[in-house]
Amino acid sequence: MSKASDQRDWTKPAAMAIPKGGFFPDKVEKGRYGPIFPRTPACYGFSILAKIIPGREEVFYEYARNIEKTITAQPDALAVLKLHYLRWVLFPIKGDTYFMYQGIFDTDFDKYTEDAVALFGATGITTVFENLEGFPKDWKTNAPAFVKFVREHQCPSFLEYAEYPFTSAEEIKKALRVKAALSDMLDQMQ
Amino acid sequence: MLEFGDIQHILLTRAPALTGRYEFLSFRNPAGGRAWLTAIREKVHSAKSMRESVEKDKRWITVAFTCNGLRALGVNETTLATFPEEFREGMAERSAVLGDTGANDPAHWVDKTASPDLHAIAILFARDIAERGRCVIEHGRLLAECQGVEVLSSLDLEATPPFDYAHDHFGYRDRLSQPVIEGSGDEPTPGSGAPLKAGEFILGYPDETGSGSALPQPEILSRNGSFMAYRRLEEHVGRFRDFLRENGRTPGEQELLAAKFMGRWRSGAPLTLAPDKDDPALGADSQRNNNFNYKHDDPQGYAVPLGSHMRRMNPRDTAVNMNRRRMIRRGATYGPHLPEGTPDDGKERGIAAFVICASLIRQFEFAQNVWVNDRNFHELGNERDPIIGTQDGTLEFKIPKRPIRRKITGLPAFTTVRGGAYFFLPGLKALRWLAAQGKPS
Repeated sequence: MSKASDQRDWTKPAAMAIPKGGFFPDKVEKGRYGPIFPRTPACYGFSILAKIIPGREEVFYEYARNIEKTITAQPDALAVLKLHYLRWVLFPIKGDTYFMYQGIFDTDFDKYTEDAVALFGATGITTVFENLEGFPKDWKTNAPAFVKFVREHQCPSFLEYAEYPFTSAEEIKKALRVKAALSDMLDQMQ
Repeated sequence: MLEFGDIQHILLTRAPALTGRYEFLSFRNPAGGRAWLTAIREKVHSAKSMRESVEKDKRWITVAFTCNGLRALGVNETTLATFPEEFREGMAERSAVLGDTGANDPAHWVDKTASPDLHAIAILFARDIAERGRCVIEHGRLLAECQGVEVLSSLDLEATPPFDYAHDHFGYRDRLSQPVIEGSGDEPTPGSGAPLKAGEFILGYPDETGSGSALPQPEILSRNGSFMAYRRLEEHVGRFRDFLRENGRTPGEQELLAAKFMGRWRSGAPLTLAPDKDDPALGADSQRNNNFNYKHDDPQGYAVPLGSHMRRMNPRDTAVNMNRRRMIRRGATYGPHLPEGTPDDGKERGIAAFVICASLIRQFEFAQNVWVNDRNFHELGNERDPIIGTQDGTLEFKIPKRPIRRKITGLPAFTTVRGGAYFFLPGLKALRWLAAQGKPS
């Protein structure tokens, strides 16, 4: 499917080295809120790193339990983000605790920025962001300020790899649905 | 409570006009610009005065300014810095975001709207051609009295026949799906959703989030104002008709193909409600012609293709936060009518329209960037809007169909952007404030 829609070969694993700064200088695409980080074989993504406000660690663990409950109750809660994976990590640097929010998704973040802000407000995802140093207090009504924070704390990859390059989550789900349907068809023919 | 007496009429009302004219102006000196504004603002209708006198009036005027225009009137840089960045940059600078590339690139625009010298637009809607002629002469006299105010370009608007309903040069019925503003007194048609908070379209009121975005300052300048994206879109009528003939064996197949591009038959009947055969009575019936959704009625796009114009411009229940993406559309057609069966005469004809919204970046630019020109909208892979998207002959249009979809490859451009600009549409008090810039306070 990916091959048909993208003219890219999903059967050949691929790696992409990315210049310092995260952009290919001759191919920078302008998005509504600034330059768009390039799509790689591993799709679009971000790795946002920020220092947490000291003493707030427990909020992050409580937040994790809340997100699990949210997704259990409403599995499509994050559908708008067109995600493959999200990872939340806490790690220490010189006695301080830092937070990493790493996502891999199928659309450049710029496109659905306001939807993401609205979603975060609705699901409480950013309750955790509010515990990061420098996060804008008016983020719910100020998408540009939210975007600025994200961009300032984004650490772009310098190398990305994919076993099945340029394949969207929707294509993977479609393929699995076809497989299930085919399996069901074969069962019916026994 | 909306301040109807301060809001320019174009935001809330539609003039009963068959003709019109846009004049794009440049102020070579601030005093001349302010003299022009002082005189013309007396003629600008508010929503209130327009409603009170619509029966007897024959013309309706709107004025709006680019960022450079506000500067040219004497607005200081501190004030300008409080306006959103996309407005300050202007439409031509945002071409990459909007998808205005190739033939649509601002370098090719024909009306000098891409020029930094564009400062203001005077929009005239007139009941008939005689009234338009009278107003053009009167405005010409005013311009002659205002030193340094020049007309960069102008465009005459004409409704296209038949005149009993609004439609474009391709023949598609227009004005079918407009948002309604809460408190405006208008009632949404069935399927159009509940009225939206005024702040989605008018500055200074709560929006759908319950609050509102930061306003340009001072408040007297921004309150009851809005932003307006202008698009002059040439319609290649001959090319469109040829394409239908080449890709449909019978008139019926050609009409169906035209309907698949739009999502509606040219009569206005939506394919969701009339999937196989046109239903002109449905198309003309505002109580029925907008009453549908996609998620359950047509998830695969068997009726309305996923990439069709209507589905892109308003994905309804297949997108989130739709209430934050709505836009008010105004405008008209321009150029001579090309009768069916007549070869293309090479003359420019099309739509010259305004998209009015509180946030250009969140509403207009989102629609252009994500809905119109994202090749992968709805996972389509290699498509853009078949009517208004940027087409270079390399993209396709897929029509879901059982058992096998139809895929049209090498779709040509049926439209070309010929001009465009971002304007700030001030309220009437703000017009007075602007006209008084430079005077000692």
